[in-house]
Amino acid sequence: MSASNANRRIHWDSLAVFPFVLFAVMFLFLPTLSLLGAAFTDREGNFTFENIADLFTDQIMAAYWISIRVSGASAILGALIGLAITLAIIRGKLPAGFRSAVMTFSGVASNFAGVPLAFAFIASIGRIGLVTIILRDVFGFDLYRAGFSLFSFWGLTLTYLYFQIPLMMLTIAPAIDGLKKEWNEAAQTLGASPWQFWRYVGLPILWPSFLGTLSLLFANAFGAIATAWALTGSNLNIVTVLLYNQIRGDALQNPGLGAALAVGMILITSFANVIYLVVAARAERWMK
Amino acid sequence: MKAQKFWPWLIVTLGAAYFLIPLLATFIFSLRMRRNEYTFDAYVSVFSDPKFYATFGYSLSVGVFTIIVGIFVVVPAVYFVRLRMPWLRPFMEFVTLLPLVIPALVLVYGYVRLYGSSSLIPFTGSILGTDILLTCAYVMLAMPYMYRAVDNGMRTIDIGTLTEAAQIMGASQVQIIGNIILPNILVAILSGAFLTFAIVIGEFTIASLLNRPAFGPYLVGIGTNRAYEPAALAIISFIITWGAMGMINVLGRFAPRTSARTD
Repeated sequence: MSASNANRRIHWDSLAVFPFVLFAVMFLFLPTLSLLGAAFTDREGNFTFENIADLFTDQIMAAYWISIRVSGASAILGALIGLAITLAIIRGKLPAGFRSAVMTFSGVASNFAGVPLAFAFIASIGRIGLVTIILRDVFGFDLYRAGFSLFSFWGLTLTYLYFQIPLMMLTIAPAIDGLKKEWNEAAQTLGASPWQFWRYVGLPILWPSFLGTLSLLFANAFGAIATAWALTGSNLNIVTVLLYNQIRGDALQNPGLGAALAVGMILITSFANVIYLVVAARAERWMK
Repeated sequence: MKAQKFWPWLIVTLGAAYFLIPLLATFIFSLRMRRNEYTFDAYVSVFSDPKFYATFGYSLSVGVFTIIVGIFVVVPAVYFVRLRMPWLRPFMEFVTLLPLVIPALVLVYGYVRLYGSSSLIPFTGSILGTDILLTCAYVMLAMPYMYRAVDNGMRTIDIGTLTEAAQIMGASQVQIIGNIILPNILVAILSGAFLTFAIVIGEFTIASLLNRPAFGPYLVGIGTNRAYEPAALAIISFIITWGAMGMINVLGRFAPRTSARTD
């Protein structure tokens, strides 16, 4: 191979990868770096820690805290329930064909997020939702008088579960498929009860995938806004709604503070995903 | 045997109740626009609103452009990295994981600051520029899914051998990608395309912050002003999502089953 040929090949290769790199730089790295810079810059353009310090006000901390709680609750519940349903479907000896129907539905439900999802829950268990009315008129149970509200922590968590559970099911199913039948048989031959099999074999193997998906679910809920916005308008003080209002019209009246708010969000979701990466690396070593 | 089946059935039944009751309730709710009568009035109202078509059409065309740009960005990159630059793979994995870590809301904040009308590259200075920025933002949003779909597609075909064979026959690089690789991973690309479509069509956050008349912001507007139309729109959106996912399932049956000799 001549030198010019090799040169042309390198030229071609980089040309093909160039759009991808350009996209990553323009629409991922630069915007993030620009926010990072703005978070440490005051109005006059000087370096400052002021914006970061200003994050520690009651309103902003409350917003972060509600977001973390909703994301944490919907991730943990979604992961546990999703795991239970997937185990029931794959290992529960249910009729054949059942699995593909449920998995197809999961694909749809995990993408049925955002505004339409909020509408569906308003129509179901909103103040005049069908389920609310039926519970009140037929069973004499008034959800809202009992303290429930769709526009609260539990309301939002219940709604988020609609896409969190299917997402868990889709990501954990391959890991459950990886549990070989032979392991179960070997455990049984050695006299293990089903409980012992799961306690000492099944769950320890699923654990890394479970934790990994958990952090994915957390980030997924933490960055979500459309559902919350359509459900509650700007009523619920979660961090995405706060940031949305900041981008719309500088609600915090300080662009630097807005950037600091965004950087704080990245820090929190990265933390969740660093755990995911560490755990995933460990899981891969395990599976070999 | 019976006792063994009890728990799975209980779990699945409870799960089915949680997932199906809201859909059923929303559907029945959407039929109750007229008092004491079940009618499709809410749907008639939705489908007679010209803004429904305008915003849906807008999101549809942005979605199509997103898919086209996404294919142009992802397919050549995945191909060359798999074939000649495997050392770039960790970088690609990292980049395609980031949109799942950095919330879209944060990214769009960066775009608005970086590409504002008085900046070096003033995307938001004109309507066309804003449309381009919206498309690029969606390409980034769908990147993790498009990348994984294309990467899985290339794993199942032997791109090394195909490329060598094509080169021996005298094909150019463009011909190899366009006439050999692309048709072979078409099913994978289409899966990524439908997933992209499902993500983009009702997207609210980015479209509303860039002030574009997309379907997502339209939905929110209807939600604040009407009672029964939102329920009808939720059902319509669910059917659209179902359609996109159903297409992926159907396409999956046509995917090549042969696996690569080398990976």
